[in-house]
Amino acid sequence: MNIMSATDWLVIAAGIAAVLWVNWYFFFADRGTASASSSSATGRQDITVIVRGGYDPATIRVKAGRPVRLAFDRQETASCSEEIVFPDFNLRKFLPAHQRTIVEVTPPRAGTYEFMCGMSMLHGRLIAE
Amino acid sequence: MTARMANAPDAVDKVVIPVTGMTCAACEARIQRTLRKTPGVVDASVNLMMGNATVAFDPSATSPETLVDTIRGTGYGAEVPSADRSAFEEQEARDRAQEDEFRELKTKAIASGIVGAIAMIVSMPLMAAASHGAQGTVADPFMRWVMTSLTPVLRDAVPWLYSIPTTILSYGLLLITLATMAWAGRHFYTRAWASFRHHAADMNTLIAIGTGAAFIYSLIATVAPTFFTSHGVQPDVYYEAVVIIIALILTGNAFEARAKRQTATALRALARLQPKTARVVRDEREIDVAIDQVRRGDLVVVRPGERVPADGEVISGQSAVDESMLTGESLPVEKQVGARVIGGTINGTGSFRYRATTLGADSVLAQIVKLMRDAQGSRAPIQKLADRVSAVFVPIVISIAVVTFVVWFVALHASGTVGGAAVVRAFAAAVAVLIIACPCAMGLAVPTAVMVSSGKGAELGILVKGGAALQRAGDLTTVVVDKTGTVTEGRPTVTDLIQAADVSLPREELVSLVASLERASEHPLADAIVRYANDQRVTLGSTENFHSITGRGTTGTVGARRVAVGNEALMAALGVPATSLTSAAERLSAEGKTPMYIAVDAVLAGLIAVADPIKPTSRAAIAELHAMGLEVVMLTGDNKRTADAIAREARVDSVVADMLPEAKVAEIARLQAAGRVVAMVGDGINDGAAIARSDVGFAIATSRGTDVAVEAADVALMRGDLDGVVQAIRLSRRTMRTMKQNLFWAFVYNVVGIPVAAGALYPVFGILLSPILASAAMAFSSVSVVSNSLRLRRFKVA
Repeated sequence: MNIMSATDWLVIAAGIAAVLWVNWYFFFADRGTASASSSSATGRQDITVIVRGGYDPATIRVKAGRPVRLAFDRQETASCSEEIVFPDFNLRKFLPAHQRTIVEVTPPRAGTYEFMCGMSMLHGRLIAE
Repeated sequence: MTARMANAPDAVDKVVIPVTGMTCAACEARIQRTLRKTPGVVDASVNLMMGNATVAFDPSATSPETLVDTIRGTGYGAEVPSADRSAFEEQEARDRAQEDEFRELKTKAIASGIVGAIAMIVSMPLMAAASHGAQGTVADPFMRWVMTSLTPVLRDAVPWLYSIPTTILSYGLLLITLATMAWAGRHFYTRAWASFRHHAADMNTLIAIGTGAAFIYSLIATVAPTFFTSHGVQPDVYYEAVVIIIALILTGNAFEARAKRQTATALRALARLQPKTARVVRDEREIDVAIDQVRRGDLVVVRPGERVPADGEVISGQSAVDESMLTGESLPVEKQVGARVIGGTINGTGSFRYRATTLGADSVLAQIVKLMRDAQGSRAPIQKLADRVSAVFVPIVISIAVVTFVVWFVALHASGTVGGAAVVRAFAAAVAVLIIACPCAMGLAVPTAVMVSSGKGAELGILVKGGAALQRAGDLTTVVVDKTGTVTEGRPTVTDLIQAADVSLPREELVSLVASLERASEHPLADAIVRYANDQRVTLGSTENFHSITGRGTTGTVGARRVAVGNEALMAALGVPATSLTSAAERLSAEGKTPMYIAVDAVLAGLIAVADPIKPTSRAAIAELHAMGLEVVMLTGDNKRTADAIAREARVDSVVADMLPEAKVAEIARLQAAGRVVAMVGDGINDGAAIARSDVGFAIATSRGTDVAVEAADVALMRGDLDGVVQAIRLSRRTMRTMKQNLFWAFVYNVVGIPVAAGALYPVFGILLSPILASAAMAFSSVSVVSNSLRLRRFKVA
């Protein structure tokens, strides 16, 4: 009937902007990276990961071939994060709420080892070098 | 939990010991200092918060038990940890968490449901007032339907409700909605925000945006209605939708929490198998001790009807033991001196004493639990698809919701709908998209099926090592079986005893003479004859002048008689004519048996045949494999004649004889090259390489023991027969079907649900989905996925 009004164009522009922003924010924006501190005595690499709606840090740099000890500090009761899964190590562990749970893995060689929640919604990775 | 560190020297083991009684950093430091000074300890760290001590030690110099004693010596409590116990404890912690979660969700769901009903009633007069206004209709089709059916009733029952000013009703709704969001729905918003800060998005994000947007819209309409009316928009409120969506999703979550709890029933059942105490003999007295006080070598006493507390070897007494809970074997297993018993099984009516052998993390029960946990921690390759979708799901749904709003708004505007109605409808559709989308169903599809299936398998004595093996087992085309110990008993047994017609030697005496002679021999066939005699309770005499002639047989003197047992060549060498029994011997050979002539005082007295008999279950199991469309190939190192005889009896499709272990590997490779998906079934000892080469390696427990941790195998069977293979493949196929169903429904649900919510059906059918109905669909889609996985628990051993 009537051609598109200024309001329509405004709504379309706002919509496109919103979609772009959502995709940028969730897919491309930078996330926290950290390196594990390593104790020279045993060669073990230690790091604490805060679990609250995600993993903080979500990307952890470690040395390959040496044990990595991750302390998952789960600071919430949300059931989404109740499990931690390291598929490359056949490891699935329950993380009790408001507790630290130790997970130990040894990346056999350099590469990226993903970890995630039980339902694969939250993601993090170990980058072994 | 004892684990070997991968990069540390081989001689270092690590153990985490739970420590009790620590209250301060000083306690922590003290235990740590003491442990570090203990000989054999490489490193020790004590953690007050975790309540444990992590000790790296040299297993040749000390042991976890010594370390526990050392800690106890400092005045604090400590326990020897075992892998199974920590798994059980983890499960208990998890059960408690899930139970708490369920209770909380239930309370919140009920309360918000009641508030939702009140909100719905209170909003009726508001909608009635609105429908008399400029816009005429209520945008939400579900609410419109509720309004037309409910209004007459309400006008009769509570006419005063309609005389309350709409402003007061609006503010009242605002308050109860805010309260519901802040209490029952609080976690949706806090979790969504927490995820958002990590650039992540999940189910909570969708619910938070959906209900949040509906609430803010309603809030503006209530507090500043002129903002809408000045733009020609009717200030509708959606409070009741916000509350009801929260109530429905909480209800769904509560059901889901309950259903997820049931996926771990198998582990709980295994946990209950382990007795807490054992009756051991110490200082010649029987005393009850806690199970973790039992040491290797302890003499354990088991009375009728009791559970066997730990693994071991029977020293005296005899009984039948029910092992069904671990091996799936339904009949009780006879246990005599020398037999292995497994901790957690139930003793029948006899009683016995046994020597404890493997304890704690090394016990069969602990290994079963470990294998099951590993499997449950693994991911099936089929999961990758779901993972890929899950990872991008929520942002994409948000994008779709934005596009939905824009398209609706522009389209309605263009078609001349007055601005207000366009905003309202576009808004309702966008909210419905956010609410109906359900990433949870996809995330639950595969893991819940693996979880339930692994548990069911453990119950049946089938331990599939991981989702990948499960998936391959579902795709098998060919099953290669090893003959000895798999199809057959793996132990030679006397099958026939034929007496020469013209000799008047009593059968019993004949058996006695032969067995007495063979007792002096070390040949496996001789062992079969001696067992045969023992089974018949024949008394044996002593043998003199024993001679073993390689490739021919044995000779000797038993009492006053000269006895010879061997082949035709031996008889010929002794000058004993054997022609009267030659045809019988040939017949037995053709049946795959090994016949031996018996000569007593240089006269042919009879013929005894020994064979490795086929297991009673093999034939039915192979028939079952055929019925499942699988080809069965038998490989053996035995000669062709024996192999053919067994192949005929067992009815396998083909047989390859005279094979060395390397040849078995080559044969499997050949089948794989021909496009088959090959399973190799063996006892895991000499078939290791072939098992490793196959697509799915099955290791079956041997009659000698129950070694679960067969490294090379993908599937460990606790029971020593082929029937386990049939069940394992069936269970795998069922599990794969369940996973595919789950994934299919989870995808289809979203693929169909999201467009319908967005209004895809509106142009043609005029169908629009209410956000309230969307929330109901969403809440129950994940429940249905978990319920479908739980159906695997009813998998029957047909």
